[in-house]
Amino acid sequence: MMLEASSLIVCPVIVPLTAGLLCFLSRRTAFFASLSACLANLVGVCLLLGRSLSGPASYHVGGWQAPLGITLRIDGPSLLMLLMTAVTGLGITLYARGYFSFRIFFPKRIARHERQERFFWPLWMLLLAALNALFLSADIFNWYVTLEMVSVSAAALAALSGKPASQIAAFRYLLVSLLGSLSYLLGVVFVYKVHGVLDLNMLRACAGGGEGMHLALALMSVGLMLKTALFPMHFWLPPAHANALAPVSAILSGLVVKGSFYILFRLWFDVFPTCVSPAALNLVGILGAGAILWGSVQAIRQQRLKLLVAYSTVSQLGYLFIAFPLAYLQNDGLWSAVIFMALAHSCAKSAMFMASGTIFLHFGHDRINDLAGTRKCLPVTAFAYAIAGVNLMGLPPSGGFIAKWLLLSSSLASSRWWWGIVVMVGSLLSSVYVFRVVSRLFVVPEDLPVRQCLPRSPLLEWPALVLALIALLLGLVAPYPLAVLDAGRISLMLSGGGGP
Amino acid sequence: MTNLLYSLGGVLLFTMGFFALIACSHPLRKILAVNVMSTGVFLILVASAYRPESAGNIDPLPHAMVLTGIVVSVSVTALALVLACRVQETSNLAFLKQQRNGSEESGE
Repeated sequence: MMLEASSLIVCPVIVPLTAGLLCFLSRRTAFFASLSACLANLVGVCLLLGRSLSGPASYHVGGWQAPLGITLRIDGPSLLMLLMTAVTGLGITLYARGYFSFRIFFPKRIARHERQERFFWPLWMLLLAALNALFLSADIFNWYVTLEMVSVSAAALAALSGKPASQIAAFRYLLVSLLGSLSYLLGVVFVYKVHGVLDLNMLRACAGGGEGMHLALALMSVGLMLKTALFPMHFWLPPAHANALAPVSAILSGLVVKGSFYILFRLWFDVFPTCVSPAALNLVGILGAGAILWGSVQAIRQQRLKLLVAYSTVSQLGYLFIAFPLAYLQNDGLWSAVIFMALAHSCAKSAMFMASGTIFLHFGHDRINDLAGTRKCLPVTAFAYAIAGVNLMGLPPSGGFIAKWLLLSSSLASSRWWWGIVVMVGSLLSSVYVFRVVSRLFVVPEDLPVRQCLPRSPLLEWPALVLALIALLLGLVAPYPLAVLDAGRISLMLSGGGGP
Repeated sequence: MTNLLYSLGGVLLFTMGFFALIACSHPLRKILAVNVMSTGVFLILVASAYRPESAGNIDPLPHAMVLTGIVVSVSVTALALVLACRVQETSNLAFLKQQRNGSEESGE
């Protein structure tokens, strides 16, 4: 039984990888291969979830043990990130099917659209495999390799739309993520010079300092922040995310940025907690506050729907970082809020990008001022956009509300009220940019010219709504994911303490 | 001592590449700059394989890491070159050409 559990760990990597290779072999079955891979991935992660409540499990690839071999390990945070990827990935796969068949249905530039679909599936499956491998990896060098795998497939996906703007954006995206990875790798080299090991458990055991650890951690963190688009380093994100195809934007904004954030989070909270100084925490918090304010203001100023959603990603990523100084003070509880917020944001943001993609497909443009009365043509999509917006604003039943509530209450409890003020101002600004779009979508003016409604496929509209509803209802089931996190953490600390 | 020399050389290469990546606007130069940076990191990594405390004993793990890193950097460079060429083909902006003129002027 134990053997089965540990070999299940490989499934989230192997299954999408196999599907990606199959997509290259046969063009016609590409969608079905991807869909079954996503379903199998979800089932596998659910099985792992059931098993791992008792404690973390690990798998040694090829039977090689930790100092030399590659170890895949699973615990609370990595399980939740895997679950997030599996659920969002399934929604994106269904939506992408609807998106491409809608575009191919209209014979304008059909060859280009078919080519885009042909390359989308294998790249998406490879990206999924790389992301899952990132969440499962348990040594810092393996993280570098998976980061590069993620950025290669993500840059190729971003360039897929073929427009010059998107290709220039993809080129910059690739260079920026290379710079981030190299900085991270230099940090890894320094860590290896100091400690001589790469495995996370061993590093945790011999943490506590050593000369040069601060420099190593700083290099790694700056690289990862660049890849996560923290405020002053966010310049590459809006053009890359807004110019890509709609399913690709959903992937990039919902999942890819969470990969590098997960590593950063792991390094600061789990592996090297003793090397982190309060000044560094406050600096990260200030950058996060800057991201919240600047991203929201930019989002309010945008004229194009997809750019607005991309800037709102910049601002929402700020919340993840503002939690750093708060979570460090309170030893228990709050760092699960960070993961929880990443979960909710992933579902809501991909739903938002899907909805904007559908609107773009139907109207042929995404100028916000000309979107009046969209709900007449696309009721489900408008509804999905509104629900995702509720989550970004952080209104009560949503997952975003729970996370913001935890942040607020801890900032008040530790009498560091200034972080709480930033959280509240950010929520207010985000309600401005959400309502700016929602009011246009829902208010049908009297003199609205009768638009002909194109035939809609259910795959184009429903995945966005379902993902938005998941993000909304995440608040109601909040105790469960928090329990998973705690279960993972307690056993993780026990294994760390009882280890060599 | 030689060990330290290699490490310092690696750091120098990394910073030179970083400077070029920021300062040069030409896409090919940017790709080359990233390559120089990764070479610097690999140099430091190879230098760290020498462990003076166990004389004559060389740690093999950094070599494996450098090999992996070289594979990654080759494939990423290929992708970056393809992307630069695609930009040149699809846009009439003369992405590669125009900027080469600009950098020649600045180089003179």
